[in-house]
Amino acid sequence: MVDWDWIFGHLDDIGEALSEHLLLTGLAVGVGFALSFAAALVIHRRRALYGPITAFAGIVYTIPSLALLAFLVPLTGLSVLTAEIALVSYTLLILIRNIMAGLDSVPPEMREAADGMGYTQWQRLWRVEFPLALPVIVAGLRVATVTTIGLVTVTALIGQGGLGGLMIRGFIRQFDTLIYVGAVLSVLLAIIADLALLLVQRAITPWTRMRTG
Amino acid sequence: MTSGNRDGGGTGRGKGGATVEFRNVTKRYDQGQKGPGAVNDLSFTVPAGKVCVLVGPSGCGKTTSLKMVNRLIEPTSGQILIDGQDVTGEDVTTLRRRIGYVIQQIGLFPHLTIGQNIGVVPRLLGWTQARQLERSEELLATVGLEPARYRDRYPTQLSGGERQRVGVARALAADPPVMLMDEPFGAVDPIVRDRLQNEFLRLQQELAKTILFVTHDIDEAIKMGDLVAVMEVGGVLAQFATPAEILANPASDFVARFVGADRGLKRLSLSRVRDLELRPAVTARSGDPAAEARQRILADSFPYLLLVDPEDRPIGWLDQADVPGEGRLEEARAIPMSPLVEPETTLKDALSMLLDASVQAAIVVDKGRRVLGLVTVDMISAQLHPEARPEVLAPDAAAEAAA
Repeated sequence: MVDWDWIFGHLDDIGEALSEHLLLTGLAVGVGFALSFAAALVIHRRRALYGPITAFAGIVYTIPSLALLAFLVPLTGLSVLTAEIALVSYTLLILIRNIMAGLDSVPPEMREAADGMGYTQWQRLWRVEFPLALPVIVAGLRVATVTTIGLVTVTALIGQGGLGGLMIRGFIRQFDTLIYVGAVLSVLLAIIADLALLLVQRAITPWTRMRTG
Repeated sequence: MTSGNRDGGGTGRGKGGATVEFRNVTKRYDQGQKGPGAVNDLSFTVPAGKVCVLVGPSGCGKTTSLKMVNRLIEPTSGQILIDGQDVTGEDVTTLRRRIGYVIQQIGLFPHLTIGQNIGVVPRLLGWTQARQLERSEELLATVGLEPARYRDRYPTQLSGGERQRVGVARALAADPPVMLMDEPFGAVDPIVRDRLQNEFLRLQQELAKTILFVTHDIDEAIKMGDLVAVMEVGGVLAQFATPAEILANPASDFVARFVGADRGLKRLSLSRVRDLELRPAVTARSGDPAAEARQRILADSFPYLLLVDPEDRPIGWLDQADVPGEGRLEEARAIPMSPLVEPETTLKDALSMLLDASVQAAIVVDKGRRVLGLVTVDMISAQLHPEARPEVLAPDAAAEAAA
């Protein structure tokens, strides 16, 4: 069923697809996080914008991925840009919502303590609210990352490679091994990325693991 | 004590506070002047180095008043002056960094270690890392927490009482002349609270900060305050005076009700046995000639002879009727002792011990348990009415006992 000889003979092909997949995912989540964080800062200052901004991100989120790619290809071609626009768009809703939920979860008395001790608004955000929001923010990053790893397989349809590329080649050539390799690796990648982010979260928020004692 | 004092930030323990003056301070909320938290034309002055407790029922505006000092809330009208300077005249973050602030539920930052929490204001003020660390350790020691053990822990790893101490240490970090404390001991159990209050009073004796302290607990107000501002709902100042004055002469029915029907007892908690002129005890040692002792005790208006050991430590009482006319005094006939109190015991506690034991007199002893004298229910009750002091000592007996 699985042609192990082919696999061992094409490890470099598989490795390349894997690194393409990781790169597309990392870029999408990175850019998505930067945009979402900027949006969250805007919302943090002007609360009235929360509704409109998340409504926009929500609409984008509901567009089926294939349809979105179909809209974009006439504008930006079969390019990395097209793939990334689609991938980034899907991270926005999750990330903005989680960043805001994280900032909103900071107890009001923490803000008041910070104000009362003479933090400026900006210092309060960076040194108190953002660190306290980290567990929720990283939870959002995990969901966004896992979702994006899945979506990157779809962007193979516009020729961007990755593990989806392996699977498409498998379908075309009716070569099951390629399909299995692509599918199994993308699942493994999602699990490992999720766990890695969880470990990162624990490392950067040591206080959440401490208990009375 | 070290380099820090040069720029006034001070790593040493600075002494002295600043005068805080409320001048016609009013805060209205949209709902109208009587809404909860509103403050109406508040004027009072807290002299430098004094503890002023703002006390009143919920909604009386005491916390609002406190927060107007560091401008977490801005007054609608009026002024608050610190050492004569209007607080609104200063940049708000600069102002807050030089006012210590201890909030309800303590408000330690959970993501910072204890050392970092204490170093928050020093860091905002741009102190060097080394100086921040030195100050944190010094303050941990000041509030009775071993620096090496606590410095690197997180707040969730501490008990309520320990966190409270850290909260006070954090407020003291930049050696502010003024401290604001909003129900600082509200989150701990009564036993721990009592201990923290005592420690805080001891610390304050040393530091002499000007402290505004909010509580809803009149007992805490009486215990902690050099001055007490009793506030009514609507933010009206009902009385501003010393605890003794408020208990002795409440300015209105409201104040009288608020301090409670037991204000007489509360006043007793403000005085200690050492404030009384003790009644000398008629004492004798076991084995002394009975006849002489009998003569002395019959001459005294208090009908019990106190047997003491050679070190003057009390052993027990002998009823004057039981003192024989001849022979020697026998320890075996002594009846068990009254409660023992020390000069530092409050009159409230002394009275409580007397009532508990159903006896007339408690024996006052020093640290070595040597008899200093007696305190009676009558003497305690007389303390509440100094103008009508009954005869405390029978003059003859006093002369006898002194002989």
